[in-house]
Amino acid sequence: MRVKQLSVFIENKEGRIAEVTSIIAEVNVNIRAISLADTSDFGVLRMIVSNADQARDALKKEGFTVGETDVVAVKVEDKPGGLNKILHLIESSGLNVEYMYSMARIIDNSAVMIFRFDKTDQAIDVLTKSGLPVINKNRVTDD
Amino acid sequence: MIFDIEYETMPREALESIQLQRLKATLERVFSTVPFYREKFKACGISPYDIQTLDDLQKFPFTTKQDLRDNYPYGMFAVPMDNVVRIHASSGTTGNPTVVGYTARDINTWATLMARALSAGGATRGDIIHNAYGYGLFTGGLGVHYGAEKLGASVIPVSGGNTKRQIIIMKDFKPTIITATPSYTLHLAEVAKEMGIDFRELSFKSGIFGAEPWSENMRNELEETLHLHAIDIYGLSEVMGPGVAIECVEAKKGLHIFEDHFIPEIINPETGEVLPYGETGELVFTTITKEAFPIIRYRTRDITSLNREPCICGRSHVRMNRVSGRTDDMLIIRGVNVFPSQIESVLMKTDVIKPHYQLVVDRKDQLDILTVNVEVSESLFSDEIKDLQNLEKKLSSDIKEYLGVSATVKLVEPKSIERSQGKAVRVIDNRKK
Repeated sequence: MRVKQLSVFIENKEGRIAEVTSIIAEVNVNIRAISLADTSDFGVLRMIVSNADQARDALKKEGFTVGETDVVAVKVEDKPGGLNKILHLIESSGLNVEYMYSMARIIDNSAVMIFRFDKTDQAIDVLTKSGLPVINKNRVTDD
Repeated sequence: MIFDIEYETMPREALESIQLQRLKATLERVFSTVPFYREKFKACGISPYDIQTLDDLQKFPFTTKQDLRDNYPYGMFAVPMDNVVRIHASSGTTGNPTVVGYTARDINTWATLMARALSAGGATRGDIIHNAYGYGLFTGGLGVHYGAEKLGASVIPVSGGNTKRQIIIMKDFKPTIITATPSYTLHLAEVAKEMGIDFRELSFKSGIFGAEPWSENMRNELEETLHLHAIDIYGLSEVMGPGVAIECVEAKKGLHIFEDHFIPEIINPETGEVLPYGETGELVFTTITKEAFPIIRYRTRDITSLNREPCICGRSHVRMNRVSGRTDDMLIIRGVNVFPSQIESVLMKTDVIKPHYQLVVDRKDQLDILTVNVEVSESLFSDEIKDLQNLEKKLSSDIKEYLGVSATVKLVEPKSIERSQGKAVRVIDNRKK
């Protein structure tokens, strides 16, 4: 149920994101979701890619610092209140969202959000028990 | 004005004969009272009784900062603690700080030499001295203070910090001499300007600036902004403190070393060979009147040269040129000694792997700003911004805690720090530009 996310440290300098995407493109890996969190000096680029190991190795070879984190992909109904339902459930279960971002592709006519929870296993448990569909990693990546 | 005309203008031959006599006495004393020197002299097969001329000093071994650390805290003292009336210590470096002691006579000698120094810089007993060197373990504050009193001037022991109050004191108390680091003085001038006070309308005639290296360009800036004579002073706690050497206001060209108390040598830092007058190398000092903490051939790691030419001020003592650099990579930031290796050991408390880092020093609004760039390794990295920001804060507070200097820590990408022949360039000092 967990999905492997890559995170890359980048300085706030011109062309750094393009540098990362071209390395990934070169090894023929597809970026499925991407988000950037930044400060005035640096940023963390978070990505779900079709082949995490291959992308990670390529980035490391080029000298980037790459982290791996387990995140959860959840189907979100494409209608008012769809995301609200999930967030309320998480909050009422005493769990926290560290960050989240959306995926570029639609799965089963639903939007997909990537969540990083403070307690990943508990979150998966709560979501599944409430019938909220957590997406299996093989539908998000090719791993 | 020359404070001590007999000694300061003493003809060379007379001076050298006093030096030889005092040197012999010092060597004999450390040989019998300090085990460190006794063992070292014996290992070199040399005895203080062999000394015939001043050149014989060259046969004796050097003393290094590491020797002082190894003998922390009191191992190098040559008198019983009963006779020690004062203790100072240098800012602690990677290991132990260097601890120095003074007998009552040492304190008196120091005060006399500082009085000479202030006098050479233009001070008289009629002056009011605004002493903004820090009071405490650092020798700057108290060193100047005792000298000012010895001279008979009026001293305002204002110490460092509390800038606005300092400016009000300058305006109201009308001091005529300022003693401070040059960078802090320029900062004072900036803040004064913001408060609507022009330094040129204050009563200063001389500033005695030291505790950090400064340049001829800075002299022009100081003299222009502050409307005073900017005088360079040199000293280090291992040798005594401030007042080892001073520029005279008449020439402002090189610092007279008080040779009746200290013997300077310039050596090739690689080979240890003594270089002739005029050549540039590492400055080495032997004290010849100190009681509690005599030191033999101490390697200062400061790079300079000696000038034997007679000076228009009438002093016969040799002049050292401005310190142009260091043989190690020590930085002086707001008066605090900082070695890159200290930053490294602070970083290594957090990161298990040896980090790549770089110190960048800038001068902004006349204050030294230290930035430490740290390459983000995998063990430091987190996917969460707040973790990374907390890491920056933690490292910067660790540096403040262990080194006593404020630094901004900036995380940078791996391999972004410039390498020179594979070795990271540890220090970029933009102040010298």
